Amino acid sequence: MSEIKNIKNLKEFSTSADRFEGANLLCPGCAHSIIVREVLNATNDDMVLSASTGCLEVCTAVYPYTSWDASWIHIGFENSSTAVAGAETMHKVLKRKGRLKQPDRNPKFVSFAGDGASYDIGFQWISGCMERGHNIMHVVLDNEVYANTGGQRSSSTPIGSSATTSPAGKVSYGEKKNKKDLMGIMAAHGIPYAAQVSPNKWKDMVKKIQHGFSVEGPVFINAVSPCTTEWKFDPKDTMHLADLATDTLVFPLYEIIDGRELNITYRPKNVIPVEEYLAAQGRFKHLFKDEYKYLIKEWQERVDAQWAYLQRREESRV
Amino acid sequence: MAFEKMELKDIEVWDGNRAAAQALRQAQVDVVAAYPITPSTPIVEGYAQFTADGYVEGEFVMVESEHAAMSACIGAAAAGGRVATATSSQGFALMVETLYQASGMRLPIVLNVVNRALAAPLNVNGDHSDMYLGRDSGWIQFDAYCPQEAYDLNLIAFKVSEDHDVRLPAMVNQDGFMTSHTAQGVHTLSDDAAYGFVGEFKPMNDMLDFEHPVTHGVQTEEDWHFEHKARQHNDLMTKVHPKINAAFAEFEKLTGRKYNLVEKYNMDDADVCVVCLGTSVETAREVALEMREQGIKAGVVGLRVIRPFPFMEVAEALKGIKAIAALDRSSPNGAAGMLFNEIAGSLFNTDTKALLSGYIYGLGGRDLTKAHLTALYKELQANVDAGKVTTPLQQFIGVRGPKLAYL
Repeated sequence: MSEIKNIKNLKEFSTSADRFEGANLLCPGCAHSIIVREVLNATNDDMVLSASTGCLEVCTAVYPYTSWDASWIHIGFENSSTAVAGAETMHKVLKRKGRLKQPDRNPKFVSFAGDGASYDIGFQWISGCMERGHNIMHVVLDNEVYANTGGQRSSSTPIGSSATTSPAGKVSYGEKKNKKDLMGIMAAHGIPYAAQVSPNKWKDMVKKIQHGFSVEGPVFINAVSPCTTEWKFDPKDTMHLADLATDTLVFPLYEIIDGRELNITYRPKNVIPVEEYLAAQGRFKHLFKDEYKYLIKEWQERVDAQWAYLQRREESRV
Repeated sequence: MAFEKMELKDIEVWDGNRAAAQALRQAQVDVVAAYPITPSTPIVEGYAQFTADGYVEGEFVMVESEHAAMSACIGAAAAGGRVATATSSQGFALMVETLYQASGMRLPIVLNVVNRALAAPLNVNGDHSDMYLGRDSGWIQFDAYCPQEAYDLNLIAFKVSEDHDVRLPAMVNQDGFMTSHTAQGVHTLSDDAAYGFVGEFKPMNDMLDFEHPVTHGVQTEEDWHFEHKARQHNDLMTKVHPKINAAFAEFEKLTGRKYNLVEKYNMDDADVCVVCLGTSVETAREVALEMREQGIKAGVVGLRVIRPFPFMEVAEALKGIKAIAALDRSSPNGAAGMLFNEIAGSLFNTDTKALLSGYIYGLGGRDLTKAHLTALYKELQANVDAGKVTTPLQQFIGVRGPKLAYL
């Protein structure tokens, strides 16, 4: 049986022994490390982890050092999901053949990847893993940009964001396309569990991760990861940005069970205008020029429409 | 769940794909992750059927691409068990990124490469373009000339690849269709004898040993990358051939079938020889025998191991030879040809007086006929008689249109 950690408060959580060392090269204020710790802290079970090429990978396993006190593998940019799927398959075989060194353990198989490695280049690999039903969890560290390579747009980059390959300029407001709905696409695979999480709502996240570990089959987790470097905010404000993301409903927290049943898991008491979320980040700075203010209005309308859609989905129970 | 053993006849009529699939079954591979592609598909279909029929306890994972196939193989191998797959051509090309990752992470994996041309233009037939594409990937590369050898070399490949002093992945090449789909009599080992030869898989740095967590696939920059690559090359250059030779010797003891890094045929007193790979070796042997009746002392050198390249053994095999033809079954696209270059490299700085010429042949499955080889041997003899290469250094065999010759 899975061994689930029972953590009462944030202090206990932050001091709980974990398998991801603070000694890593991630930027000060990077949300990746917070999310990873929250995922790993959700269980006492052994873990087999993987990471796609990206910030998390290049900052945590630079030879001869490693930040990982758990089995960990990195192959390439696109295939962290398939890497743990291969390991999970081997575990199944060795269990059947009686060759496991510690047969009583109940390991969890988790792949981490950025949005570039999940929404774009690794999309097919993740889809394959979800479709085949591996007992794995894929966690997207969604900072809405190729941060490791210096801030190029991905298909997760939202409209109006200035990225290095969709820069704002004299005649452009930056990214022109809306963020891809990867949650919807993954849920459409009929997987037992898909959820959006945010590091500021750690109890919500831990609950979802623990639920993900308790189900049989593939689990998809999309975690918003405010990026101090590319979103352009002060490193001390990471959690503030996460608060703005969830409380403006730009990044709503919800789950989809068996590809159908949608539950909203966090309803802000006071919904904050989207404008405040945009204003807190340098990547949206240009939207506050007079000629682009209509985009802020459209942003609010889009977020309202998405929230209305999620509520209708939840109410309809289909 | 236990698996059932299979009673095999002493000689089974198998094509190369069936022979390879049977070897995977007998090695009791733990995980096969694969994506189908002509002409290698029947290997993994065979393993899937063995799984469905209860002849293996391993898992067959049908993934969504060859890149994912090798990615899953890498994950499975790092977890700590016996892993194999198969591919050809475009699938091999798609796999290339992960081939370097598998070898760089020192993971034993056996990959059957059923050789096929590379597009464009698209072509499903056999040539060695895919084999050549993988030659710098850090894998051990064996070459089978017939179904029997595809069977034997698979068993040998596991043994060498999984050796803790080696820990490098291995490819077993066979010619698409000519070997993979041509049934011949194959001498078999019993399941117990075959498994006994391959041995139990012994994990090392396995991710599933939770008492000893490991980090696989780290970042190294200018401070460490070179040392890692140099060590891998060192092990290829110094450790692999002795292990292959030991495995060949043990296999000979078990079966009577003898393999060598370089396969020499009538080379002891030969004046002229061809050096080639795959099914062409067998054709060349037949023609070489016929040439002897015509007074041309012809021999054949086939490479059994392409990587690590057996420089010393090639030089030794070609010692005293007067004229050599290097036969490359892949378009060199602006160069002399892989075998031509490697042979030249092997012989340079020796006291050889041999005349070396290169031939490009058989692209996209075009036949290499006995008539082609007869003419070729005569050309080599003419070179010997003239005391110099009388033809251009690079010629094309069997291509329509104006005669192509370069250099």
